[in-house]
Amino acid sequence: MNLVMKPVRRKLDMRNGRVDLSHGSGGRAMAQLVSDIFHEAFDNDWLRRNDDQASLDAPAGRLVMTTDGYVVSPLFFPGGDIGSLSVHGTINDIAMAGATPKYLSASFIIEEGFALAELQRIAQSMGEASRAAGVPIVTGDTKVVERGKADGVFISTAGVGVLPDGLSLSSDKARPGDAVLVSGSMGDHGVAIMSRRENLEFGVEILSDSAALHGLTASMIAVAGGALRVMRDPTRGGLAAALNEIAHQSNVGFAIAEDMIPVKPQVAAACEFLGLDPLYVANEGKLMAICAPESAETLLGVMRAHPLGRDAALIGHVVEDERNFVEMTTHFGGGRIVDWLSGEQLPRIC
Amino acid sequence: MKYVDEYRDPKLAKGVAATIAAEVDPGRTYRFMEFCGGHTHAISRYGVEDMLPKNVAMIHGPGCPVCVLPVGRIDDAIRLASDPRVTLCTYADLMRVPASRGTSLLKARAAGADIRMVYSTLDALRIAEAEPDREVVFLAIGFETTTPPTALAIKQAKTMGLPNFSVFCNHVLTPVAMRAILAGESGEATRLDGLVGPAHVSTVIGARPYEFVASDYVKPVVISGFEPLDVMQSILMLIRQINGGRCAIENQYVRAVTSDGNARAQKEMAEVFDLRESFEWRGLGLVPHSALRLSDAFAAFDAERRFDIHTVAAADNPACECGAILRGAKKPTDCRLFGSLCTPETPMGSCMVSSEGSCAAHYVYGRFRDRSRARIERAAS
Repeated sequence: MNLVMKPVRRKLDMRNGRVDLSHGSGGRAMAQLVSDIFHEAFDNDWLRRNDDQASLDAPAGRLVMTTDGYVVSPLFFPGGDIGSLSVHGTINDIAMAGATPKYLSASFIIEEGFALAELQRIAQSMGEASRAAGVPIVTGDTKVVERGKADGVFISTAGVGVLPDGLSLSSDKARPGDAVLVSGSMGDHGVAIMSRRENLEFGVEILSDSAALHGLTASMIAVAGGALRVMRDPTRGGLAAALNEIAHQSNVGFAIAEDMIPVKPQVAAACEFLGLDPLYVANEGKLMAICAPESAETLLGVMRAHPLGRDAALIGHVVEDERNFVEMTTHFGGGRIVDWLSGEQLPRIC
Repeated sequence: MKYVDEYRDPKLAKGVAATIAAEVDPGRTYRFMEFCGGHTHAISRYGVEDMLPKNVAMIHGPGCPVCVLPVGRIDDAIRLASDPRVTLCTYADLMRVPASRGTSLLKARAAGADIRMVYSTLDALRIAEAEPDREVVFLAIGFETTTPPTALAIKQAKTMGLPNFSVFCNHVLTPVAMRAILAGESGEATRLDGLVGPAHVSTVIGARPYEFVASDYVKPVVISGFEPLDVMQSILMLIRQINGGRCAIENQYVRAVTSDGNARAQKEMAEVFDLRESFEWRGLGLVPHSALRLSDAFAAFDAERRFDIHTVAAADNPACECGAILRGAKKPTDCRLFGSLCTPETPMGSCMVSSEGSCAAHYVYGRFRDRSRARIERAAS
């Protein structure tokens, strides 16, 4: 007689299964979802302890912390998905301070009915991105909401990094005369998303540039950290928003040249078709750096030697301007402002 | 980008700019109105103004569909959208246009109205097909360029027997508005030396309908493409006409515009629409025979008849100069609200909303020139 009944632990049906409300209830179903999908994909010592938090050794230097939410639609796009995007985006927010990203957290808000296979694909993509970057996801949370109350899955992250002594980058540090550098072509991510949303094909597939930039920033800091004033990843609102924000925070203006700003021909063509301006379109694997003019060439060399900065370019200079305008010489030969984004937004681009 | 870059070529632009500079008569001024918002946008975005001599002035015209739609019609659209049965489909540009009592379609949507942004009339048709329980109304605006697609959608709805689709028609006519401006029917006459004529409108109606501008008002017209080199070449063609004492309707946009236009599109429009007795334009007031309504044969698809809409004229904000700016009588910077209370984020008037509006184009692309210009004018006086 079998007196000690041990329940058979059924595997999650990864092929046809769907998330239901029990996966968020705190019971066995949730424990299984967390272990079979998330722990499996992110595997590390902290998660294996199964605690509600991670205890971390406090590193020397100043802590840098950030938080970010991801609601991109579609969840999977050419060149990435919401999972890898959430890892890259959070790492980049830390890296733009000049800091070394150390740990990530991830919280999932999942809509009832979401396919387990897609959730697994997203988790594995996050795991891969985090391993490739060397920044572990050490703690997390899972919630399930009723059908119609979310759109597939939303991811919320936090990131912690450490800033070496003596380095202090901030948006209020741009000074007239400083050089403005970008690490590569503008607008790739936003156009990849929009072309997938609108089912547009342009002969060549346009891939999102989603990438973790802390390797690139580390090599820049190693060579000319002292010359760096501001670094920024031009995500929502694109290069235009980043320049305008810095112009206000540093109380300066910018003089840039349209001819110098790298834009891929297929991205330019797609923007023309969709009525967008590439300067306002989001990037997820590019940075803009403002530096002392005498170090611009050195930094450009370092950036171009890195795989994520091959197309780096000097696009202009910081100027004195109490109106804080970003003025641009157009390719055509005239002048214009590159103003803050106004008019239609591109919702849910990241 | 093939077939686009050619029209934005900086070398060619320099060449045209040098020719213009060499040919203008320094003893006079040239005041040209670009009728279309598309031209206004191109001039601002590419910095064309910087490439023209000081005595050539571009005056922005009323050819921005969002800008000329009067407040009363936006109020109607909001009222329509507030009907719980109705799904209102609109172009995104219209969402932020200020209506009466501080409302807008955007605010109505936030308050619960079912308003959806679409890219074309066909999107609205698709929604009507997919959601048979909703009364889907398409808020149609625009000049002759956007009218044929609306006509086709209405005909398609009739063929499909879609009972829940209708159109709130605000289509307006270009040549009539041009005449209103030239005749100064709306008050002050605007002194113009010539007109940069519409591009896309002319692909539909052709070059012929502008002949009255030369015959009745003795002003040259050059129909121009929307690319910056098109605009510069058209300006040169206007200057040559004036310097040569000529006055004709010329066509720079020969790659798309013919003298008679698109006969098929004209036929579709004539079949589906009738002329309205009169229609209110922001800036121009009531202009007789200047707009279209659905013809009796398509009355079933006319939202005005289906929902019994009787437009009540509503006043613009009294401090807003959109009216005078749309007539070319004032510049955006002549308005006290410009750049202070009225910005693209908090528009007080329609010209600040659409990217084709004069105020938005100047604010977003051109306002860096204001200080230097003000300084030059101060120094000169």
